[in-house]
Amino acid sequence: MRLRIPLAIIFVMGIFTIVSHFIPAQPVADLNQTFRNWYIGIISFFIFLGTVNLARSNSEKIKTRARDWKYSIILIISLAVMLVAGFYKGRTSMEEGNPFMYLYFNVQYPLESTMYSLLAFFITSAAFRAFRARNREAVLLLVAAVLVMLGRVPIGAAMWDGFPDVTEWIMSFPNAAAKRGIRLGIDLGLISMALRMILGIERSYMQ
Amino acid sequence: MHKAQSASALLIGLGMLIALGFLPAAGAGVNEAVPAAGPDSAGVPGVLPPTITAIEDTPNDGGTSIDITWEASPSEAIAPGSVIEYSIMRSDAEAGEFENFGTVPAGSTTYSDGGLQHDRPYWYKVTAVGLDSEAASEVSGPGYGRMQWFDDGLESVLALTVLICALIIGSIIYARHKSGLMYLRRLPVFDAIDEAIGRATEMGKKVLFIMGQLDVDDPQTVASMNILARVADRTATYGATLDIPCVWPMAMSMARETVKESYLRAGKPDEYDEDDIYYMTTDQFGYVAGVDGIMMRDRPAANFYLGAFYAESLIFAETGYTIGAIQIAGTAEVDQLPFFVVACDYTLIGEELYAAGASLSGDPVQVGSIRGQDIAKAVFVVMILVGVILRLIGIDIFTEWLAIG
Repeated sequence: MRLRIPLAIIFVMGIFTIVSHFIPAQPVADLNQTFRNWYIGIISFFIFLGTVNLARSNSEKIKTRARDWKYSIILIISLAVMLVAGFYKGRTSMEEGNPFMYLYFNVQYPLESTMYSLLAFFITSAAFRAFRARNREAVLLLVAAVLVMLGRVPIGAAMWDGFPDVTEWIMSFPNAAAKRGIRLGIDLGLISMALRMILGIERSYMQ
Repeated sequence: MHKAQSASALLIGLGMLIALGFLPAAGAGVNEAVPAAGPDSAGVPGVLPPTITAIEDTPNDGGTSIDITWEASPSEAIAPGSVIEYSIMRSDAEAGEFENFGTVPAGSTTYSDGGLQHDRPYWYKVTAVGLDSEAASEVSGPGYGRMQWFDDGLESVLALTVLICALIIGSIIYARHKSGLMYLRRLPVFDAIDEAIGRATEMGKKVLFIMGQLDVDDPQTVASMNILARVADRTATYGATLDIPCVWPMAMSMARETVKESYLRAGKPDEYDEDDIYYMTTDQFGYVAGVDGIMMRDRPAANFYLGAFYAESLIFAETGYTIGAIQIAGTAEVDQLPFFVVACDYTLIGEELYAAGASLSGDPVQVGSIRGQDIAKAVFVVMILVGVILRLIGIDIFTEWLAIG
């Protein structure tokens, strides 16, 4: 019984979701929307639980003086400050003097941009390893990558005005064909997994 | 006399004001529409009205929309630029008050009016709006939004969905009866999972498992959860420590249940620690910073990145590479796959992520579904070839049938 009820719910909801895709009638669309609203409600509840979990585990670290416990103090203080700021004037108002938005644009946003900017360096180091001509396939990858790079930067077009066209051809034909092949496999794999779950065959996540 | 002179002066003054256009002439209401058509008194051509040609139910919807089609105002051809936009006016009575429910730029001749009640009559006018004049079409209607119970634009999708499902279910039934005959190529990554966890155990280091950026409503996260069950089986058996920072609290809750069950199956419920699976943040780069911090401080020996990844994929994989961890990745995000292929030791490419849970289980019935999926893939390859050949010889019926909408 402990397994049967969740499996029955998965079966009914799975079949309904598939069928509703083909039925545009309003009652079905409304029911679909109702289920989505339920999901949003559940998510909101879990966000609260997640925040409690975060506060609890970090408080525990501070209490037990676990390794790097000082970082937990910063986290708890930041969490409390953002919470108070959010409750004070909300998070949607962009008016000047809104403390939450001020903190968002002047602290969180720059920090996130910094993390994102690391990508430039990581792409360089990964490309350095990827483009080593170890075998025939790697040479092919290297040549294609160099051509695409030259077609995407002004200096490439300055060297030879055919580079942008070569780049366009590589991206539109071999690259698009490979991506579509992978996409086709992904979609079939997704249908297969969804069927296994709807039929209750794959349930390792809920045993 | 004095009174007569004053009255004359007032009349002359009013006449001048009317002539100069400061006051409306007798009989012209303040809110009355500006001249509908034809050249005005100053010789500037006014806007001519459009003509509504059809008011039809929008096909394949819930009956909440009506399509209005009109012939453009002749002014668009006579004096290009004279019409700025068309206003779509609607009323629920032929002689009722018409209100503007939508605006489209000049050159448009169709509009879908949504948010209606099905099976209720609506009347329409389309007004051509010019710089200094506007002209409305005749009232047309009634139009009705009709509810459809099948989207016939998705006929081919339904047929192919039924075909794929039939192939997969047929393979599952076949596998149930003939399990011994089923062969499935074993991916090297499956052996690598054991190897990576074994290495982490020997080194006394953690196994880091990242489930991607999306919540449990994304199939990639569910696929990741299926693999997590196998990974947790191994960590429970070997006695390695799992570390699972989560982006979404619901995924955290599900991961906790999954791992707990694995430890119960392994007969080591006391070794399960729910604090190893914790919520970090839903913020993408906040999460990246947190996970990178874990990698640099704890230096896990095995990193699993399985699920939906975006810009963070390479940041994770390169940081993991620098600490020398065995890295196993898998995603269905096609644009992120090259990053994982470059920086990780093993990568589950697209469909392999979805198949891994079934394949690792060794259950012949689940393996049967993968075989069905492969047969469906072969059918699609044949369909692509047939479609290409038919297009080359000028027969479009097959590709037109496949087109959605």
